[in-house]
Amino acid sequence: MTVILNEGDSAGTTGAASGSPVDAAPEPGKAMTRGRLVLIRFMRNKLALVGLVLIVGMYLMAFVGPFLSKWSYDTQDYSAFLEPPYADHIFGTDKIGTDMFALTMRGLQKSLLIGLLVALISTTVAAIVGATAGYFLGAADKALMWVVDLLLVLPSFLIIAILSPWFRGKSWFLLVIMLAAFQWMITARIVRGMTLTLKEREFVKAAKFMGQPARTIIAKHIVPNMASLLIIDATINVGSAVLAETGLSYFGFGVQSPDVSLGTLIGLNAESATTFPWLFLFPAGFLVVFVLAVNWVGDGLRDALDPTSTRVRRKEKKDTKEKAA
Amino acid sequence: MAGFLLRRLVNYVVLALVATFLAFTLASATFDPIGVLQQRNPPPPAASIEAKKRDLHLDQPIPQRFVTWMSGVVQGDFGRTITDRPITDELGRRIGVSLRLFLLGITIGILFGVLLGVVSAIRQYKFSDYFATLFSFILLSTPVFVLGTLLKMGAQGINDSIGSNVLIFVGEETPGFQGNWFEHLGDRLQHLIVPTLTIALGQIAYYSRYQRSSMLDVLGSDFLRTAQAKGLTRRKALFKHGLRTALIPMATLFAFGFGLLVVGGTFTERIFGWFGMGDWLVTGISAQDTNITATVTLFVAVCVLFSGWLADVLYAALDPRIRVN
Repeated sequence: MTVILNEGDSAGTTGAASGSPVDAAPEPGKAMTRGRLVLIRFMRNKLALVGLVLIVGMYLMAFVGPFLSKWSYDTQDYSAFLEPPYADHIFGTDKIGTDMFALTMRGLQKSLLIGLLVALISTTVAAIVGATAGYFLGAADKALMWVVDLLLVLPSFLIIAILSPWFRGKSWFLLVIMLAAFQWMITARIVRGMTLTLKEREFVKAAKFMGQPARTIIAKHIVPNMASLLIIDATINVGSAVLAETGLSYFGFGVQSPDVSLGTLIGLNAESATTFPWLFLFPAGFLVVFVLAVNWVGDGLRDALDPTSTRVRRKEKKDTKEKAA
Repeated sequence: MAGFLLRRLVNYVVLALVATFLAFTLASATFDPIGVLQQRNPPPPAASIEAKKRDLHLDQPIPQRFVTWMSGVVQGDFGRTITDRPITDELGRRIGVSLRLFLLGITIGILFGVLLGVVSAIRQYKFSDYFATLFSFILLSTPVFVLGTLLKMGAQGINDSIGSNVLIFVGEETPGFQGNWFEHLGDRLQHLIVPTLTIALGQIAYYSRYQRSSMLDVLGSDFLRTAQAKGLTRRKALFKHGLRTALIPMATLFAFGFGLLVVGGTFTERIFGWFGMGDWLVTGISAQDTNITATVTLFVAVCVLFSGWLADVLYAALDPRIRVN
């Protein structure tokens, strides 16, 4: 998460040169970078802050938590089978005596890792494909947009499920590739549209006439100017990737044993949820809270990064009115 | 108008064919039904494996297999399963089961979703708006398989506290149920409530968000002020002029929503033990059965594209500009 935020700051400074005067308005006289403004706006959004804390907390918990527990996912406690949560096993145990906390953390690790990787890959692909199609137009554009349309028609859930016998027993990274392959299309279209307008702007034309190669122009001038969109997109994609992965894993079409994800845990224990609720509630709870936190952060980022977003505007107007009074 | 709708229909038929072809090709390429057969204990004789290969047309190239299957489909024959049962026999019943669930779920979802969105927009930043926002945020972050299982647990709790089995959450009807048609209807209703709620809740959350923002856009428009200025009551202006305009962008969403619903329906059917199309897809992929998978894909494609076409019709009905062009 912090990585993405830093990216936003640096992108903000790049954008400040071309930033509209409205962005720098609130404190006249004092130089205010766009990055700082975005940060201030984001911090004002309580839900987004809560979401950010939750996300960072969950990543920490998933990767550090297992070291703090005395139980591990591959050892069994033969004195506790199907025990509800108590002091020794805070999340209870399953039917072979495995500690549910250790299992849940292991599933959380995989799900969060898959979510992050899919988001990074799909947003990168979307930026490259969209910007290339929009910048060069012509045959490249036609071909790329045809692929986009085709992939949009295919229901990704169905296709990945059909392909699941093929990646059974292979690395879970294949699943990451598959999920990413079906998540970049809509963003690529938006990026293409934005590139079309950006490439008519003076600074892009100037770079072009100075003899910069197209690759440099796209990487240095076009993509950084869409940083806000890409950051929001990457954030929201983490959530939808986790949802897609857990959905597939629920049926056994996603993460395959011996790997464990939140989805496989939920799928395994949903049947017995009415009799042994703790087996289901802990993995499901982590999943819902994580996706909820991602959605809050995504919403907060959109409000903070998009100068036309109404909610922040209204608040700012109110603030300036209060200051004036 | 008729020409426009006809053109769209042709476009959708082509898309459905492409989607089915791709699903069929991918399934044929990845599935290995003979491998499943060979792993049986005791292993079947080579002659019967050869016969099975011929039955499944595995000796032919994949495009030819598709043509064979498709020419059967055109005549109403969807081929046979791996276990050599005709698919057509089961198809009608399964479609009936799925559609009963989907249509009821989507109707309730659209009605209440639109209503909730309109109310939130009209009473923006009031308690009801914040409550609706939180409600839909949480529901949108909850995958269907978690929601379904939670509702199942809730239904179990209600049944326990009442002391009788009012909300039944296994199957779509009581097997061997005796009684007149009225009692049959009651029995079906008892089975319907929890699964329908599972589907409807997610849909309500999804539509209400979009309806809220599209209604907010309309609320600020000039024509609404004019309508009130010329003497319409606020209620009349809001519903006759406001809602109708705000529904136009929603028409496209209804089509997308149906796509979501079909995937969500797969989970719902599995959780509540309904033997519909979604359940069949999971069975088909697990059994590595190409014909079942392709049949379900065709069904999904027809559903999604038909709802897309319906959205076009709705669009034309709501927006007079489209009818003129």
